[in-house]
Amino acid sequence: MPEKLRLGIFKFASCDGCQLSLLNAEEELLELAELVEFAHFPEASSRIDSGPYDLVLIEGSISTPEDLDRIQQIRRQTDTLVTIGACATAGGIQALRNGANHDEFMKLVYPHPEYLQSLATSTPISNHVSVDFELRGCPVDTGQLLQIISDKLHHRKFSVPDHSVCRDCKLQNIVCVSVARGIPCLGPLTQAGCGAICPRFHRGCYGCFGPCHQTNTDGLTDWLIKDGHASAELIPLFLNVNAEAPEFARTGAQLKRQDSAEGESDE
Amino acid sequence: MSESRTIRVGALTRVEGEGALHVSLNNNVIDRVELNIYESPRFFEAFLRGRPLEDVPDLTARICGICPVAYQMSSACAIEAALEIEIPTEIHQLRKLLYCGEWIESHCLHMHLLQAPDFFGYSSGLELGKHFPDEIKRGLRLKKIGNQILEVLGGRSVHPVNVCIGGFYRTPALDELQSLIPELEWGLQAAIETTHWISGFNFPDFVCNYDLISISNSSEYPWFGDTMGSSKGESFDVKEYEQVICEYQVPHSTALQAHKIESQTSCLFGPLARINHSRDNFHPNARELADRVNIQWPCNNPFQSILARGLEVVHAFEEALEICRNYQRPSESRIPYQPRAAVGMAATEAPRGTLFHRYEIDDAGLIQHATIIPPTSQNQKQIENDLRDYLPPLLSMEDDQVAQACERLIRSYDPCISCATHFLKLSIERVE
Ligand code: SF4
Ligand code: SF4
Repeated sequence: MPEKLRLGIFKFASCDGCQLSLLNAEEELLELAELVEFAHFPEASSRIDSGPYDLVLIEGSISTPEDLDRIQQIRRQTDTLVTIGACATAGGIQALRNGANHDEFMKLVYPHPEYLQSLATSTPISNHVSVDFELRGCPVDTGQLLQIISDKLHHRKFSVPDHSVCRDCKLQNIVCVSVARGIPCLGPLTQAGCGAICPRFHRGCYGCFGPCHQTNTDGLTDWLIKDGHASAELIPLFLNVNAEAPEFARTGAQLKRQDSAEGESDE
Repeated sequence: MSESRTIRVGALTRVEGEGALHVSLNNNVIDRVELNIYESPRFFEAFLRGRPLEDVPDLTARICGICPVAYQMSSACAIEAALEIEIPTEIHQLRKLLYCGEWIESHCLHMHLLQAPDFFGYSSGLELGKHFPDEIKRGLRLKKIGNQILEVLGGRSVHPVNVCIGGFYRTPALDELQSLIPELEWGLQAAIETTHWISGFNFPDFVCNYDLISISNSSEYPWFGDTMGSSKGESFDVKEYEQVICEYQVPHSTALQAHKIESQTSCLFGPLARINHSRDNFHPNARELADRVNIQWPCNNPFQSILARGLEVVHAFEEALEICRNYQRPSESRIPYQPRAAVGMAATEAPRGTLFHRYEIDDAGLIQHATIIPPTSQNQKQIENDLRDYLPPLLSMEDDQVAQACERLIRSYDPCISCATHFLKLSIERVE
């Protein structure tokens, strides 16, 4: 039998949902265990083996001073590092602190902020070390996650489809929520992978897979505003679980400026 | 002469999230027992301020990937309480079904992959599966059915997308729910077999004197409810929650701890609390099984929480079957509302215990203030106290064995350390 792939899974600031997406593989999990050695997966196994690893999956964002060192150490122990989920690829929902008053945030939640170690920003792994592939989603899709592991096992180039959620809707014959129901939807800008579930449930996409490859963000926001949506209504869509993905961050900031300009002209 | 000795053991494993335990001994007498949750603060309560109330169920779900439904339910119910939105029975039943999915998924994960390996000395559920292939396969299939419920009702199992203030974005079609019935029927029988299997485990003899707290309803096993009950015979309204229980911060942990305000004593939340208070409200199969399995009621042995989880899974399958069999698609999927300045609170029973939320909303429907009290922070103090009682007879053992025994006990509470982000190392310091 060939040697098993040594897999390491490491967690930073996150909700554990992306790791759970692997445990959610259920039946495939037992098959996977035949091919892969879970050398570092503390959530599932108390056997912790040290590196080097063949493949490391990182969940979570960099948000404490200790994280800065730890990610460097992990990078040195693997030749292939893949980030999984919006936290690891874009800083996650906790990146909503970026640009806010960090001291005030600490005081709001904790009576003794002096006990805490926290950075003022939550940042993606790729800001700190080189990353071989970024798997999107909040959470990642179990099928895509298995695909990545299988790509590594078979020495294939990592790849997942990079078209938009909007195109998946068309492929699945889902009635467009924007056109038919007037609901603002980020589907045209968001990378596919979820199976277009929000439109399937009659709601707009809030971008949990992050911006897709080629986006015409301004075109979409202009159209939504012409269609009667206020800038203020669109801001939370962009400043969400992928708030720090550059395309979403830029648009969120632009909408904020527009909103305050509108507020001033009303007065 | 006094000799000091410190033992460090690697990260606590098979829990959701990471953290540390520090035990210090002075001449073999326990001095300090500190559960250190090394959380990377994520500041949910801070960034919720100024967000539209519609965003709250999706945002708070991201606190925990293992129990997102609990966060969606507590937050939706709290905001609906503020706006006085009455949820019709049919929609409420669908929410219960969604919660059944989460309990089944979360409990089966913990029972099979996280806690069961301890009773056989294996390092993981996958390793246990080599020796008990049928049991672990059955457990994974049960877990999968929980996920299927979440997918049918919410699109996906982690952070489902269908819950909104006032109800759901879309209710399932009749055939979507009916398609679940055959698997649910299989699941009910399988869950009964699983619970029998677990009841044969060898449980350490460790009985605690608990003040158990959960939602307590007169007529149904709790997911939702307005009244809290304690095993000391007290009850209080969910609206008084923060007058009875408060969070406070200790230097050794970045997750807040909680205790009862008046007595400053710890309490235990979760399956043992629910089952001791409410097993009379179980569905018939779970009720009957609770009497037949090898357990003394009231049960105050934390290691037997795994059995309480098994019984709750049986109950959840019965509940889910009943809901699916009686389902008629409601005419409206959600109740319309007008935002206005108001305050609302609610508690629901997450797999790990009571999850309390409170929100202040302004006239425009923006969140002004949010308070979230998760079960694991409420259990933290109790876990430390239990370790204190559990440790003395073990102290003659080697340090790594003591450490393993402590880990086993901590794991039995299914602490969701990932309701924050943490790093748990165990260190024992001996001063002789
Ligand atoms: S990306 Fe989303 S699901 Fe994944 S860990 Fe972060 S918050 Fe959780
Ligand atoms: S439709 Fe958009 S927000 Fe919804 S799950 Fe898919 S990517 Fe995420």
